Amino acid sequence: MLERVYDLYTQLENGRVMLSFKGCLTTDLITALLEVTEHKMETIEADAKVRKKVFNVVMECLQNLFHHNGTASNLDAGKKEEGHGVVMIAHNDTGYCVLTGNFMRAAEVDALRVRLDTINSLGPDELRGLYKETLNNGRFSATGGGGLGMIDIARKSGQKLEYGFVPDVEGSAFFSLNVNVTN
Amino acid sequence: MAPIKIEGTPKTPSVNFEESTGILELRGRSIPENSIEFYKPLIDWIDRYSRTAQQATVLRVQLEYFNTSSSKCILDLFKKLEQVRSAGNDVSVLWHYEVEDEDMLEAGEDYQAIINIPFKMIQIEEVDDHT
Repeated sequence: MLERVYDLYTQLENGRVMLSFKGCLTTDLITALLEVTEHKMETIEADAKVRKKVFNVVMECLQNLFHHNGTASNLDAGKKEEGHGVVMIAHNDTGYCVLTGNFMRAAEVDALRVRLDTINSLGPDELRGLYKETLNNGRFSATGGGGLGMIDIARKSGQKLEYGFVPDVEGSAFFSLNVNVTN
Repeated sequence: MAPIKIEGTPKTPSVNFEESTGILELRGRSIPENSIEFYKPLIDWIDRYSRTAQQATVLRVQLEYFNTSSSKCILDLFKKLEQVRSAGNDVSVLWHYEVEDEDMLEAGEDYQAIINIPFKMIQIEEVDDHT
């Protein structure tokens, strides 16, 4: 078991991982992770525009994890706080990638897939149009964003959202998202 | 009507709403997980203010970051101000953005396109968020 600590460290170091976390997110943890991200970005990224885009993407991704996370059985039992998620921010030759993963109801996979494919089919101006339309549609979701989160992430990233689903136990699925921000 | 004065935090902006001057200010970061909770009292305040509004009202928005959870609340706040304006008062929004922050400028333009209030886009060096 002990040697795995060094392996884990080496793996993260070689992957130029700036931050990784697995577990339950709380609002305080999100604040702390954002602080770490911001501090790290200030030391490695000279371009303020890129720093802001990365911060924005990380913030929306973490808040997505916070709001939408749980296996079907936990969600049914109202145990959102038991939902575990994973997040990793890594630096690469072209910029940064923000990876997140969380559990969700398998029954909601198709709707999310359609949503993400729609977003991926749009260019920058169309995305801006969709954002404005969604902003002004008068509908609030329970979390306040009303479906703006993924559109905003795509706009800030400027690239297609990479995503996948893995089936999990008891009517649940694991959703993985990779958002690239290039400099 | 009592003014609203709220200190900024790492996730919520500082707020200064002053009835006597008609100057309302949001400054800093607006990235809370639950924005409705934060913005509801502000929106309610403007609702009450609209009955006794000053002839001229200025909303100064100086945000470094805001999340999508805040964006609908900010729109609602603007919509309340639209009511103040349609009652025959002067209302304007001063939307600040940091140098090269095109995303923040675009966000201001998006609101401007939706809301029937004159906006002025103001470029600044850096948001001074007092936090």
